[in-house]
Amino acid sequence: MLLSVFLLALRSVRRNLLRSFLTILGIVIGVAAVITMVTLGQGATQAIEAQITSLGTNLLLVLPGQRRAGGGGGGGGVPQFTEADADAITAQIGGVVAVAPQGRASVNVVANGRNWATSVTGSSNAFFETGNWKLAAGRLFEPDEQRAGAAVCIIGETVRREIFGGSPASTAAGGGPAGLGAQLRVKQFSCEVIGILAAKGQGGMGDQDDTVVVPLHTLQRRVTGSTKVNTLSVSMADGADSAPLKASLTQLLRERRKLAEDEDDNFNIFDTQQLAETLSSTMGVLTSLLGAVAAVSLLVGGIGIMNIMLVSVTERTREIGLRLAVGALEREVLLQFLIEAVVLSALGGVVGIVIATGASWAGARLMAVPYVFDPSINALSLLFSAAIGVLFGYFPARRAARMDPIEALRHE
Amino acid sequence: MTVTTPLIQLRGVQKRYGSGEAELLALKGIDLDIAAGEFVAIMGPSGSGKSTAMNILGCLDTPSAGQYLFMGAHVESLSRDQRARLRRRYLGFVFQGFNLLARTSAQENVELPLLYRGDSASSRRAAAARALQSVGLGGWEQHTPAELSGGQQQRVAIARAIVTEPAVVLADEPTGNLDTQRSHEIMGLLLALNRDHGITVLMVTHEPDMAAYARRRVTFVDGLVARDEQNPHPVTGPPVVQAVDEDV
Repeated sequence: MLLSVFLLALRSVRRNLLRSFLTILGIVIGVAAVITMVTLGQGATQAIEAQITSLGTNLLLVLPGQRRAGGGGGGGGVPQFTEADADAITAQIGGVVAVAPQGRASVNVVANGRNWATSVTGSSNAFFETGNWKLAAGRLFEPDEQRAGAAVCIIGETVRREIFGGSPASTAAGGGPAGLGAQLRVKQFSCEVIGILAAKGQGGMGDQDDTVVVPLHTLQRRVTGSTKVNTLSVSMADGADSAPLKASLTQLLRERRKLAEDEDDNFNIFDTQQLAETLSSTMGVLTSLLGAVAAVSLLVGGIGIMNIMLVSVTERTREIGLRLAVGALEREVLLQFLIEAVVLSALGGVVGIVIATGASWAGARLMAVPYVFDPSINALSLLFSAAIGVLFGYFPARRAARMDPIEALRHE
Repeated sequence: MTVTTPLIQLRGVQKRYGSGEAELLALKGIDLDIAAGEFVAIMGPSGSGKSTAMNILGCLDTPSAGQYLFMGAHVESLSRDQRARLRRRYLGFVFQGFNLLARTSAQENVELPLLYRGDSASSRRAAAARALQSVGLGGWEQHTPAELSGGQQQRVAIARAIVTEPAVVLADEPTGNLDTQRSHEIMGLLLALNRDHGITVLMVTHEPDMAAYARRRVTFVDGLVARDEQNPHPVTGPPVVQAVDEDV
């Protein structure tokens, strides 16, 4: 019975193909809009999360500066960090995997007859670990190079491309990418390019590949001429709880910076994980909002279905009368029209999903965010559109089922 | 067929429409017994209550007062769905306007009543083919009503009425939309149903030529049975010499 009613409904949809299409258009657009919005929102969220992850996971960034010191950090008499601070953190705080002291300066680099303005970072090999950097070619710093402040550098892909040209380091064949082993002039001194970093790609955080890394001592002696360290990157062990670690880090730094009990911290600790969570929850809210707006159009589509079902019931009054006369029960007629409405709206859902898949794929490419197929939102939309069929099909179906067979048969 | 209690018993059946000033008493107290196997023509001028009586006899409507016993069941006290179950089991309907589903093949039209009995697709198909065969439309299964003549459409409708092997076929002006020759063909079919299959046939008509096929004639006037007479010499076949052909 159910199967034959289902087939009956399909036949009725096919018989009025154009009208069926127009009927489900509202549902199609609604479903397509909901899925596209949510898919693009999730893609954008994932893109942002990927960027934050590329900064380094489980990373604490320690910057000098006072939270309420009237503007940005580093100003006034706020002391910078030293290399000794980094050593102390490594030695005294558990759950820390690596600490990278970093100094930074803006420089022009020159080689191969070309000139490029970039930033140079002085740090240790821990910098690559905390910052999630991979080497595309070459090697890291040797311990004696770090101690002595040797004239060696590791360059990012953007710098390599701008100065040396050629294909990306990671895809170059044979004798290594252009630039490896060359001499690069940084400010007043010349250093050998011993490594090239794998590209992280363009992101909302600016071009991270536009960088030159040298040993910390090299930077301090040959570029900045000071022993100051601007930033400490602290990477935590996987799964470590950042709260107690931050607390003991704060405690240690307060002691080392000789702060009195009543003084505020003159440094800030940023937790990239927390940042990521905050950003993605914000994106989540935005995605839900977009989805909700799109869901309204689904509702409008449902009203369209009700409208057409009412027309269809009126149009087919005689048919209903006949069915009742030959012994159809009230609930059987109800079921028939209900199933017809559900078939229509579910069909709209399926077409909507197909369109949404295309639209969100194209949209994702346009917005340069990853295309993430989310089966749950697709299933939910399909279910929801079928539910709309039940909801808005019920009233017309009940009207059909309650008809007086005599009146219905007489209907012109 | 030996009959002890009549198949159909109407006792003091009244039907009232509207209320107050607009009240209309369409049936003013009908007593009527119809035995199984009868062929009854119901006649009368329009407004005489014959259609109302047909609706009540067909369990499509209930009397406002009085009793209707169908196969021993008190129809007046049955619910809508209970009456629907009675109809699907024991009653077949033939209408003046055929009432076939448009854009639907003859076979599917005939299968329709079986759909609600939960028959399997294969048994539905077989039963529909048999019914179409018995009304002379074997081989026309896949034609839609638009591709059939009026007479053929009414045959499909008759096939639909008998596909459930009902006890009673109610025909409401079955020849009203047909020319004389087709009318006689249809009457021949109804007669055969009654004679060969023992199906009780109740037929509303205002054409004396068609009523002549019935063995009993009940005439309604003003909501009452005015005459109830036997026809000792019913017509037993079409008056035309030529056999039926299917040309449109």
